[in-house]
Amino acid sequence: MIERLGLLVFQPAQPGSGWAVILLVGLPLLLGILGAICRPSRGWPAVFLGLLPFMVAVWLLQRVREHGVQAWVLELGSLTLHWRADALTLLLFMLTQIVALASAAYAPAYLRAVEDASKGSLVWLWPLLGTLVTSLSLIWLAADLLALYIGLELMGLTAVGLMLLPGRVEALAAGMRYLLLALVGSLAFLMGVTLLLGAWGRLDLVGLAAVSEPGPVLWVAMALLSGGLLLKAAAFPLHAWLAPVHASAWTPVSALHAALVIKASFFIALQLWLVLVPDAAVAARLVGGMGAAAVIWGGLMAWRAAKLKDVVAWSTVAQLGYLLLGFPLLIGTASVAADIAWEGTWLQLAAHSLAKAAMFLAAGNLLLATGVSRVADLAGASRRFPLSLLSFGIAAISLIGLPPSAGFTAKWLLLHAALAAGQWPWLVVLAIGTLLSAAYVFRVFRYSFIEDAPLHDYRPVPWGMDLIALVVASSSLLLGLLAEWPLALLRLAGGAS
Amino acid sequence: MSQAWLPLATLATSLLVVPAIFALPERAWRARAVLNLSAALVKLALVALMVVGFYLGHSFEFGFTVVDGVRFLLKVDALGLTFAGLSSLLWLATTIYAIGYLEDSPNRKRFFGFFSLCIASTVGISLAGNLFTFLLFYELLTLSTYPLVVHRGHPRALAAGSLYLRYTLTGGLVLLLGVVALHALVGDIAFGDREVLADLGPDYHPLLFGLFLVMLLGLGVKAALVPLHGWLPRAMVAPAPVSALLHAVAVVKAGAFGIVRLVYDVYGIDLSFELGLLTVLTVVATITILYGSIRALAQEELKPRLAFSTVSQVSYIVLGISLFGPFGTIAGLVHLMHQGLMKVTLFYCAGNYAEELGIHRIDELDGAGRRMPLTSLAFTVGALGMIGLPPVAGFVSKWYLGLGAVQAGMPWVIAVLVTSSLLNAAYFLPILHRLWFRPGPEHGRGEWPEERHLGRLETSGWLLWPTAATALFSLLAGLLAGMPFSPLDLAAIMATGEYLR
Repeated sequence: MIERLGLLVFQPAQPGSGWAVILLVGLPLLLGILGAICRPSRGWPAVFLGLLPFMVAVWLLQRVREHGVQAWVLELGSLTLHWRADALTLLLFMLTQIVALASAAYAPAYLRAVEDASKGSLVWLWPLLGTLVTSLSLIWLAADLLALYIGLELMGLTAVGLMLLPGRVEALAAGMRYLLLALVGSLAFLMGVTLLLGAWGRLDLVGLAAVSEPGPVLWVAMALLSGGLLLKAAAFPLHAWLAPVHASAWTPVSALHAALVIKASFFIALQLWLVLVPDAAVAARLVGGMGAAAVIWGGLMAWRAAKLKDVVAWSTVAQLGYLLLGFPLLIGTASVAADIAWEGTWLQLAAHSLAKAAMFLAAGNLLLATGVSRVADLAGASRRFPLSLLSFGIAAISLIGLPPSAGFTAKWLLLHAALAAGQWPWLVVLAIGTLLSAAYVFRVFRYSFIEDAPLHDYRPVPWGMDLIALVVASSSLLLGLLAEWPLALLRLAGGAS
Repeated sequence: MSQAWLPLATLATSLLVVPAIFALPERAWRARAVLNLSAALVKLALVALMVVGFYLGHSFEFGFTVVDGVRFLLKVDALGLTFAGLSSLLWLATTIYAIGYLEDSPNRKRFFGFFSLCIASTVGISLAGNLFTFLLFYELLTLSTYPLVVHRGHPRALAAGSLYLRYTLTGGLVLLLGVVALHALVGDIAFGDREVLADLGPDYHPLLFGLFLVMLLGLGVKAALVPLHGWLPRAMVAPAPVSALLHAVAVVKAGAFGIVRLVYDVYGIDLSFELGLLTVLTVVATITILYGSIRALAQEELKPRLAFSTVSQVSYIVLGISLFGPFGTIAGLVHLMHQGLMKVTLFYCAGNYAEELGIHRIDELDGAGRRMPLTSLAFTVGALGMIGLPPVAGFVSKWYLGLGAVQAGMPWVIAVLVTSSLLNAAYFLPILHRLWFRPGPEHGRGEWPEERHLGRLETSGWLLWPTAATALFSLLAGLLAGMPFSPLDLAAIMATGEYLR
């Protein structure tokens, strides 16, 4: 497993690739600062400039394809920080860029449309957005616990900052609660890191994998690390903070948060398990059980949620449950099952990121246009806002896991992996999850198709906002059929190095 | 010679129409009509091209890898080709009909967009070359028909839509589980690779039997096998062209077609026979045929009666393939097409009566034959075909079903056929009697519920001509059953391919 994560590297990094990584990490931050100075009023400059880091990632991916995994060591005085770039991390970086681009392109028009966007908080949006993307890049690329901690902390704080931007009372209350929990999570993570450092005296993942021995110290450390990460990932039963935060945050921020921030914590957790406790099958099943509970509880809550944004937020809890099923399918299973589960997990992550971002954007459009927040008030929306609803629907197809979408292909792989591993209960969980997600999504549609609804005041959103949501949603659909392309890259990285 | 582009182009014609329709403004109904009709014609031509190529021995295949070990595969074979032909023919007819039917009603853009998507799904289903691709379009069909079922947007339509989804999504999920399990067992099976499962050996037979039942459960929902049929009569709230399409070629047929694929192209008829799966199908089909007919008898409205008749008639297809032997196979396959032609005619007629005269209940039909002679004639053809009277297409189906029953050594099936035909007669003949022999408003007794003069003829030409055309086709399919390219001829070719292997 460890070589799949690109952690075993024997050859020196290619010339120029070090600069590429610095660009990858630094560019989003620079662009964020630039955004604060220029304050773009249109979406297209954000798209244009945001393509730069993407191009760098494409270039670096080409290097990785030709020469295998790239790895670097950064010496800062007595500190050494380890980094690596393989196909998986670069694909995750590209996913980050796509979602961040969509949010950034969406933001200017959105901020003009919402009333509570005060001038003061507007200044902060762009640098915070840039910092968030930078911290995500750090997390994807980091190969030691200290670098991961830095990325995680930075990400948590910027995410809280972004959540507080609307400045309303609910946003402040939800944001402060989020801050508190994020800090608790970070503290648990830090304690785990310290424990490992004290026991084995090193923090790079490769080294730890070699020297760490199973025993109480490792288990306690892993429990602390995982607990902190799962809290930040809103895994059941540590999910309660998620829905209120999303309900009051700005739409592009919600999209970015649900699509990426939560996934980053999941990524770190899975990585640590695969590196440090690759045989802890029983504990992994426990995490799988948490995932199962999340799928069912999140689905039920989304089904009975009254507000549209709550539906979308609770659906994130449920969808994260699918990802948690990756733990029991990957850890301690035969390679027949693990190979499939590996691809299924990452495809599910990408599918959910794109679909959830699109769904938040589409839901934001609907809410802006109608000025209501309850699902029941969407009556008649299908005639007035067909495009927003279409984007919502396409994203929903991927969330439910209906073909032809990335969500479906991922579910196919996860089902196949569960069968191959002989872990039948997950089949039932996936099946129930599918039905529940269909139930909460079609509840929205059922209201929108009502014909004799009273006419509210409504103002259509600019078509550009609808277009962004539609493009992101369609990409989650297309990925379902074109999944072989990224997955083949993953396989390549596993075989090479 | 392999021409990959042809099946792909056929699929793309109806698929690409969808965004084009959504891009057109709501009021541009002329542009939309032109777009729809030309796409339907192009598709018909493409299918014709494939038919010719197929007769010349060309093979058409298009595929790419979706994920490791799973292929998206479009492949042309005789069975798929006939289904694609049926769907493109009825698309053309129903598009014309729908343009007339929905004149001046709201949300036409949405309707035609999803209508085209629905057709694209049926084409995908017919050209699918393996279970994964089949499943893909099978689910897409569910999604694209939901907006059509709830099109009217009133509470009854919304409730029916929810019920429809509950049935079909659960069915689709069960099918998915079965397909994934089969995939985990043997990997990707292209339709026609029958040896794969047969080679597994007797140890796997209980498992294969169980998997077949799981998949049958999934497919049976759309095929409206009793007791999974509950959604079908309720879905009648949809506009008439939707009901026509749903019953003739789209949803219900997709289920039946899936069962045909499963028996012939995945398990193979020999293995199905060996596993005792055919007996299961015979029993289920028999129950469904009788139950549907009895329920149809009790309906007082026209569309629900036709709906229960569909429940019963579609199971003739299942019954046919469950009879081991070439004649049974011919009967099942030929009925796949015949039922489509006849049922679509009947639904067009029901729509015509409702649009022109406001008739929904059967007892309002008195004397309608004089007011709307062509429609009533078409209805008569369809109804007589459903009963199985020569020379309408339905007779051919029933004749071969009887032969198949004898060949399979199950003479009791003939008793079922006779009973069912009697029941068919019992619920269709009174309607014909009312149409032609009872005095009604046209003879000065009472009034039509809501008469509108939609056209110069008995009703609008948009509604009338598709009705007449499909009625003519169902007549011709029976009269010219012995000619080449007739449904019977195609079914015989397929059956020969099935048994002489």
